[in-house]
Amino acid sequence: MAKVYFSEDHEWISVEGGVGIVGITEYAQEQLGDVVFVELPELGTEVEKGDDVAVVESVKAASEVYSPVSGEIVEINEDLAEAPGLVNQHAEADGWFYKIVLSDETELDDLMNRKDYDAFVEDLD
Amino acid sequence: MIEGQVFPSVPAGTVTGNRGLVVEEPLLFEQGSVAGSGVDLPEPRDVPDGLGGFRRTTPIGLPGLSEPQVVRHYTRLSQKNYSIDAGFYPLGSCTMKYNPRLNEKLARLSGLGDLHPFQPISTVQGALEMMHSLAVWLMELTGMAGVAMSPAAGAHGELCGIMAIRAAQEAKGNPRKIILVPESAHGTNPASASLCGYSVVAIPATSEGRVDIAALKEKLSDEVAGIMLTNPNTCGLFERDVREIADLVHAAGAFFYMDGANFNALIGRVKVADLGVDAMHINLHKTFSTPHGGGGPGAGPTVLSPALVAFAPLPFVRKTKDAFELVETRAQAGEAAHPFGRMKGFHGQFGVMLRALAYAMSLGKDGLRQTSGDAVLNANYLLARLKDVLTAPFDGPCMHEALFDDGFLKDTGVTTLDFAKALIDEGYHPMTMYFPLVVHGALLMEPTESESKQTLDVFIDTVRGLAAKALAGDADFFHAAPRLTPRRRLDETLAARKPVLRWRPDVAD
Repeated sequence: MAKVYFSEDHEWISVEGGVGIVGITEYAQEQLGDVVFVELPELGTEVEKGDDVAVVESVKAASEVYSPVSGEIVEINEDLAEAPGLVNQHAEADGWFYKIVLSDETELDDLMNRKDYDAFVEDLD
Repeated sequence: MIEGQVFPSVPAGTVTGNRGLVVEEPLLFEQGSVAGSGVDLPEPRDVPDGLGGFRRTTPIGLPGLSEPQVVRHYTRLSQKNYSIDAGFYPLGSCTMKYNPRLNEKLARLSGLGDLHPFQPISTVQGALEMMHSLAVWLMELTGMAGVAMSPAAGAHGELCGIMAIRAAQEAKGNPRKIILVPESAHGTNPASASLCGYSVVAIPATSEGRVDIAALKEKLSDEVAGIMLTNPNTCGLFERDVREIADLVHAAGAFFYMDGANFNALIGRVKVADLGVDAMHINLHKTFSTPHGGGGPGAGPTVLSPALVAFAPLPFVRKTKDAFELVETRAQAGEAAHPFGRMKGFHGQFGVMLRALAYAMSLGKDGLRQTSGDAVLNANYLLARLKDVLTAPFDGPCMHEALFDDGFLKDTGVTTLDFAKALIDEGYHPMTMYFPLVVHGALLMEPTESESKQTLDVFIDTVRGLAAKALAGDADFFHAAPRLTPRRRLDETLAARKPVLRWRPDVAD
């Protein structure tokens, strides 16, 4: 059963068997407005937690996406090239960005669970 | 945001579809006939062309148009444009001040406008002297040791500054890896650092909208090459701790780049050398009133501290005992100089420099000092008279621009974008929206010193009226704006996702 974690930079990561699926949260897509372009990392890239790994461009702004964990990028969501709007429609499902093999699962301890993240977002508004 | 919704134009109710003198103007390709010609060209003589198999065999497809057709076309398009000559243009961060006609008159003098960059140096002594004079003005106004005049835009000046910083770090043995950039900096700063091979580390802002000194201390290390600080920052606030920031950065062996795009708020009042600055670009097209925003090229001369001046790029003007010379090579520059290279063909944006010099000389030092005072006063007047109806995220006083967030629109169903579109119907170029990113739904207004109190009062009444309308629940009014423009709300999402960048006869409506 996958477990989902959230970062203060509004990324989510769903982890199962040492592999995480990463995307931006519903709150993040709402703030960005209509997404028009997503730049994804290259396959095989080794990233450190906190590295900027992707760029998401909306009609309002271009924002960097920071990796919530360290590891190797093993898959990217090719559908986003043709349909960046998936990020708006299904931010926390079909609008995922990349899959990463975690190099240090203890990094997940620094992230929030759904309940804490919801409270964190509540405080921002 | 209203996804994909485009409102149909309100029919003009005229036979032609024109609205008075605002004419529905077809493209040139749609008006001219490819077969026709608007000018009487002589038949070409029958001579061999030497093109061999490369001779074109099909028509080129350009429309044949007469001179009045072309003149009318561009005049009509220009009438649809909005410019600083047409009205108030409070586009925050862009300093859309009035461009005095005196600058234009002087820059068009044939002895200046018709110069060629390859002319012998002995025939352009006056031009070199003017470039030198402007350089002296910029050094005097900033207190800095030198200035690179060739950068052609603000971001180009940033690049110049970071390249000088890199060269200076390399000369010390290690270029280092990181440039620190606060959240409230201009968006071009991280790009400039990145282009020079540095990785960018962000410094968060405090709840006051200024650099978090504790966070800065934490991020400083012997891998940090420099910091890029926008001051006043994009929240329109002066970084009060700038001296402490400079000291911390210098103590770490790093350099202090100050983004001078907002120098309009400081000119004649702050010598940036006193703040510990090592490099700063000056947007002549903003602070020195030359046309920009589609109206002309920019220029971003970059002033340098004694620690960086030896690395200034080529070319530069040097005054000798009885002449001005243009230093174009390392050999000419001398042994003490280590220019990092060259940034631009020829000698920089000479026409912009002329206008800037005209502006500086016509206002004088006291006049320039008054511009910054008036710019700050105007912004504070907007802030003071609007903050009871809009929401200001940071306490004033502000510098040259007033920042509001979208708190006042909460639960109205109206967004910052809708509000901006409604301002277009009222005859204004809207303020900057959704920037800076550090506040929610930002509305950034920069009135500049050009505007009178009367202009500001009418604008303030307009904004207050619109805010009242939004609070009264008239969201539909805003969603349908603009109503009175040649085209109504455009589908920005579709335009970005599926841009149509080329006209083709077979896809024309």
